[in-house]
This record gives sequence, C-alpha cells and structure tokens, in this order.
Amino acid sequence: MLKTALIAGVVGLSSLLNPLMANANEVNLYSARIEALIKPILDEFTAETGIRVNLVTGGADELLQRLQSEGRNTPADILLTTDAGRLHRAKEVGLLQAFASETLERNIPENYRDPEGYWVGLSMRARPIMYVRDRVDPSTLSSYEDLADPRWKGKICTRSSSNVYNQSLVAAMMAANGEAATEQWARALVNNFARPPRGGDRDQIKAAAAGQCDLVIANTYYLAGMLTDNDPAERQAAEVIDVFWPNQQDRGTHVNVSGAGLTAAARNRDAAIALIEFLSGDRAQQWYAEANGEYPVRDDIEIGEILSQWGDFKADPLDMSILGDNNAQALRLMDRAGWR
Amino acid sequence: MEISILTLAMLLALPVIVVLAFVFVPTGDIWHHLASTVLKDYVVNSLWLMLGVAIGTLLLGVSAAWLTSMCQFPGRGVFEWALLLPLAMPAYIIAYTYTGMLDFAGPVQSTLRDWFGWGFGDYWFPEIRSLNGAVLMLTLVLYPYVYLLSRAAFLSQSICVLDVSRTLGNGPWRTFWLVAVPLARPAIIAGLSLALMEALADYGTVQFFGVPTFTTGIFRTWFGMGSSAAAAQLAAGLMIFVFALIFIERYSRRQARYHHTSRRHQDLRRYQLTGLSAFLAFLLCFLILFFGFLLPAGQLLSWTISVADYVIDAQFLSLVMNSLKLAAIAACLALVLALFLAYGYRLFPSRPIRFAVRLAGMGYAIPGAVIAVGVMIPFAWIDNTVDSWARQSFDVSTGLILSGTLVAVTFAYLTRFLAVSLQTVESGLGKITPSMDEAGRSLGFKPVQLLSRVHVPMLRGSLLTALLLVFVDVLKELPATLILRPFNFNTLAVRAFELASDERLAEAAPAALAIVLAGIIPVIIISKTITRSRQIAAEHRDIA
Repeated sequence: MLKTALIAGVVGLSSLLNPLMANANEVNLYSARIEALIKPILDEFTAETGIRVNLVTGGADELLQRLQSEGRNTPADILLTTDAGRLHRAKEVGLLQAFASETLERNIPENYRDPEGYWVGLSMRARPIMYVRDRVDPSTLSSYEDLADPRWKGKICTRSSSNVYNQSLVAAMMAANGEAATEQWARALVNNFARPPRGGDRDQIKAAAAGQCDLVIANTYYLAGMLTDNDPAERQAAEVIDVFWPNQQDRGTHVNVSGAGLTAAARNRDAAIALIEFLSGDRAQQWYAEANGEYPVRDDIEIGEILSQWGDFKADPLDMSILGDNNAQALRLMDRAGWR
Repeated sequence: MEISILTLAMLLALPVIVVLAFVFVPTGDIWHHLASTVLKDYVVNSLWLMLGVAIGTLLLGVSAAWLTSMCQFPGRGVFEWALLLPLAMPAYIIAYTYTGMLDFAGPVQSTLRDWFGWGFGDYWFPEIRSLNGAVLMLTLVLYPYVYLLSRAAFLSQSICVLDVSRTLGNGPWRTFWLVAVPLARPAIIAGLSLALMEALADYGTVQFFGVPTFTTGIFRTWFGMGSSAAAAQLAAGLMIFVFALIFIERYSRRQARYHHTSRRHQDLRRYQLTGLSAFLAFLLCFLILFFGFLLPAGQLLSWTISVADYVIDAQFLSLVMNSLKLAAIAACLALVLALFLAYGYRLFPSRPIRFAVRLAGMGYAIPGAVIAVGVMIPFAWIDNTVDSWARQSFDVSTGLILSGTLVAVTFAYLTRFLAVSLQTVESGLGKITPSMDEAGRSLGFKPVQLLSRVHVPMLRGSLLTALLLVFVDVLKELPATLILRPFNFNTLAVRAFELASDERLAEAAPAALAIVLAGIIPVIIISKTITRSRQIAAEHRDIA
C-alpha cells in the first residue's frame, strides 16, 4: 500500500516535472545549431513522418556537460554540433553509440563520417581566405602557410583563438605540418594581424571592406549571410569581397562539419536514426545551402547561386576526428603564439 | 530556527560549493600552461576592468543619486526614474549596438571618412572593442545599482543629520562628502559590489570585444581544452577573490553602525539649482541617460523596425510570456529567501550562519554557465540516485525528475541572483535600529510576528526593490537558462543571444528590445516606491 503510494507519488511528480517520456513517435534533440538554423528543417521532418522533434539548443560544450551529468537517464537521443571536434569528444567520453545505416553510408562520404560509426557530418563549413577584390591580386595568394609571409604584415584579420573554427584550422595545420612548424606559422601569422582579434567572422569581413585589412580568414556562410542580409550596409561590405580557395595544389582548403551522433542512452533509436537519415537526404542537404550558405556533404546537390559563384574547390580530406584529437594542443599552441 | 536557516543557506550555496569542490580535482599540467602563457593577462585585465567599472559606476551612480534626491533642477522628476532604465539593458546587447555604431566599419567612422576623405590609418578614433570599451559598456549598464541603492540611502537620511552639518557651517559639498556619503556607505558599497560581481562574471561583452579576462579564460579552458575541472578552478579563484574583497570591506567597517538614531524625520528641502549649475546637472543626467539607454535603445528600435514583419510572429508572444513567468516566479522566491536569511542572520548573528549566508550570496560573482554546471551536477546526481534506487527496489525507472525542468532553471536563478535580493534587504534591515526589535519583543511578539508586523512594513521599499531587481535580472539572464531549460522552451534572452551570436544583429533586436521594454515597467515602479517611501515616512511623522 505504502509502496504503491510512494511509486505513484514519485512517478506522478516526475510526470508533472518532465512530461517527456520515451514515445515511439518522438525524438529528442540536443542541438548546438541555433534554433533558427535547425527548426525549419525539423518541422519538415515532422510533417513528412509524423515524428515529433523536441529541441534544446545551447553551446556544444554545455550540452556535452549536460549529457554527461544526466548519464543513462538523459532524454536526449541525438547530439547535434557545429564542428566535428565536439562530436569526437562526445564519443571519447562515452556519450555516443555506434550505429549503422545504409542510407548514411551511401549519402555521406567516408571522411565526413566517424570511422567507427559514432557520428556523421551533415553539412560542411569551409574556412578559406577572403580578399578585397580591388586591393589584392588573387594570383599572389596560395596557401594558409603563405599568410605567415612578412609581405602580409598588417594586412590580415581573423577572430579570436577562443573560436572553435580557428582552433580546428590550427588542429588541421598541425596534422599537415607538425606541431613545431605550426607554432612558428602561428607566431608569424599573429605578427601579420592588422589588429588584435575581436568580434566575429562578419566583423572581420566588414573591417576588410572598410580598409582595415586586405585578407580575412572566415567561414563562407557568414559572407553568404551578409550578401542576402536585409541591411544594405552588410550587403555593400560583402560585395567587395571575394573567396580564394587556399592549398588547392596540395591538401586542399580546411573544412569542418556540423554533424550528429546517436547518444549512448537513446531511447528513441529508430526515430533518431530516421531523423539523421532525413538530414542527409536531398531536401535537407539543399536546405543547408539555401538557408545558411553551408555546403552539403554530398556533391550531387544543387548549391544555389551564391555558393556556385565562388566555384568548386578541393577540400582537405583529413579525417575529422583528428580535429577533435588535436584541439586542446591547438589551443595551447595558440596561447603560446600570442594569438588572443 | 537556527538550523533551518543554516540548512537553507547551505542548500542555496550548493552550486557554489560544487564549483569550489573542483579545486581538489587534479588537472594535469593545465595550470602550468596557463601560468606560463595567458594567466597574467587574465588577472591584469580583470583587475583593470574591475577598477574601471568601480570608478565609473561610483562617479555616475553616486553623483546622479545626489543630484536627483538633493537638488532641484529642470527635468529632475523624469531623471529620477529614467536613470534606472539602463538596468533593463543586457550588457552584451549594449556592446553589440555600440560596436555596430562605432567600429571602423560602422556609420560614425564611415561618415567621418566620407566627410574628410580619410582612409584607414589617417586618423585616430577610440577603439570601442578594447578593455576601455568594455569598462564603458559595463559602467553604462551597471551604474544603476549604485544609483538605486545610494539614492534610497540619501532619501532616507534624516534631515536632522544634514541640518546639524549645515549649522556647523558646512556647505552642500562638505555636507555631501563629510556626512551624506559616509552615512550612505553600506548602501553605496552594496550597489558597488553588485556592479563589480556582475562585471567580473560578464562573459558576453569581454568575449565579443576580444579582451582576455578571467571569465573568457574560464570558458577557453573549459571548451577549448575540454577541462571543466580547470575551468571550475579558475571560477573558484574568482569567487575567493570577491569573497576576500567583501570581507575586507566589512572588516574596515567593524563596529560602525549606520541605522538612524532619530525617528524625527522632516522633508528635505532640495537645493535649488539655477543658471549654469542647473544646466550642468541637467546635462550630466541627460548624457548618462542618453548613452546608457536612449542611444542603444534607439538603435535596437531601428533594427526592429527593419525586420519586424518576419521576426515578430505568434511564437514571439510565447517567448515574452515564458520570460515574464520565470522572472516573476524567481523574483518572488528570491525575495522570500533573502528576507528569511537576512532576518535569520539578524536574529542569530553567529559565525556559521554568517558564513553560510555569505556563501549563498556568492553565486552572483560566478559566470552563469559555471553556476549552471554547479546546479546540473547535484540535480542529475539526485535524479540518478533516486532512479537507481527505484529500479532496484521496485523495478521502475523514475528517469530525470528535476534535471531539465524549470525547477532546475529556477534554482539556478535563485543561486545566481540571491545576492541581489540579499544585499537590498540587508541594507534595508541595517537601517532599522535594534531598539525597534527590542520594543517589539517587549510587546510579546514572536520572531515571525516581529518580522511581519514591524520589519516588513518598514522595509516595504527595500522589499519591492529586491523583488523587481531580481525580476529584471532574470529577464536578462542567459547562460543558465540556455543550458538547463526543458525541451522546446525558449525565452527572449535565448532568442536574442542565439541570433546575435550568429552575427544577425538586426534579427536579434526585437527580442532584445522586448527584454528592455519588459524591464522598464518594474524599473519605474521601483523608483516611484522609493520616492513614496519618503513621503510615507513624512506622513507618519505628521501623525505622530
């Protein structure tokens, strides 16, 4: 009697607090992509399949921490991040589980998937060099390595080393050139900065357009976003900038992926895999390009006018999990190099 | 009673204790790395930031409070409440708007270049995204704490003391420096410590401005190096530092007491300013208001108009409701708890209670995301323990009961903002002379009766202020909400931050403006209450 009352009480209380219980027709998502950049496509998924998607957005590291402390009782089925490094970290600490899907294996190139099947990349983010069309002759540009040359002194803008995209870039450089050479490169690059790093990627592009620097290291979707912005000032700034794809003669331009993994404690496994498959499908892949100027991970997808105008490029085929492995070392290297 | 106060204080201090506990987790050579590279920058920048914000908020806050409460000049009636408005402005939002206007690519510098035909490097212009810029931004949104509390203190100062000062031949300036400010010290310090704790915990502004401080260091270490332990250790260091400052300040006051010695109270005659001095007073108040509120709010408004038709939809209304609901619940709870703790400490001023109450009020100095982890860990532990027990005993899984609910979010707010209500209530209680307690006791009141029949009526102004300050703070709060909230639940601050962090400033504007608007009404009420509290005091005197 007492036992029943206690169970009823506790279960009743828990349902009051947490109305989300495992349900065949639901999938729960922790997303580091902001709501505006994921919700629309989730709504399409729900309309198509009838599966409801519950969403919490937040910083990737905070979401990782939340998954970790919630442990086996976490309601989350999927972790979605905006870089491969964090997915790799989630795998390393045992928050993800391996899963197999023919659809995903067919859709997503091997180097954008975890070798052991713990996560997949869903959209690609390229971090090339951008230059001011009137001031820089693109034939003088070649590689990331070349940005360390003293002739670019006072010409380069990029954001802080606190930003994960710069950390990933350095992690990739470490994989290509080794730690010592990369540290030397980072020191020389910092010497070439037009100003101490501040602001986001859009701010670097605007600073270049306004004349403070000639070259910018930034993700392309920020430039794409500026080109379609409502604010004419943003559009004008973006219109004087062009994209240069570095390292085309060797390893290729640095890219990162935004991707998804299945949590170790996932209760809605089938629905979760269905959602990840949907995000690799034609419609969703196209939507990444349309809605946010990201590149699809598949090369058979129409990418729209803005991305096409920058042309095709060779992406660095580096295994994405190395970005995760090298991340902490990359940040220390940047600390030592004085990259704020 | 003593035990329950102690228990409650320790419960509220739980997240702070969790953060402190990380001090004992080994973190390999990360500290060595930090010390040999960036730690010095963090410490130096944080100290300068603190010093700058301290000077800035004191200058603006105390002078504006003195002018609006002791002097008469054109516009005073409006400034009285309007000077509180920047309180409703989240610091990172004001940083975004000023950057949009003042940086190299912004309209101000572009216009200058067009007019004079300058190019890059041809002219000097102050760099907004710098340490000084961060000091300025934080000063503009944090001075209202100093203003609010010191104004309340000036208004409640008995005319007698000031009259004594005048009969001793002191002019307005000497009275201000020698009598009014020293008497208002606990209130000014309370406001200042709130401002400084918030400045030290600020992440959004310094991160955006590229100023490496302790807080940005915490997040770099946590995110970039994946070491939450080292990050928590940095946070603990920050907290101990603030604790030490507060201790030093309290020690320096030692036996001094600041309650009123006389119940005689007379309407203060304001100094009538005329001519140049009236103009200067007006100008000072206007400039503070202009840069702290009118200009950034105007920028937000113009962005909002440009995107209103597709950003403001039915969903937007639910954001507003969510924000208001959470803010109201947290503000009420924080008030009750603060009153209970502050009164408990007054009744039983023992060392353990004092320590526990101080510890419970430390959450304000810790970045919200770190506090959130401090909430997440014990809550998830409780949930998982209950779950394991239920699975073993009854073969039933209870799942997560508290984690990922609004209960956890509210608890995080209480931990983080208790300092605000506690400081306000304490500074109010401090002004009530203990002889009132003794009189009440001699009438046979029990402690609870004493509180409800003597103290609460006398504290009405402070209590309302505490309530509304927490309300406004919760409206602006971001990191804890972001990481602890349940599925499909958003607030205005979450919406504003997500879009701003994706560098879509215009689209972030409607939510930011809504936060500001929702904060304005409470701010006006606070101000009216403070003004009225003096009138009521004056009426009581007439009756007596």
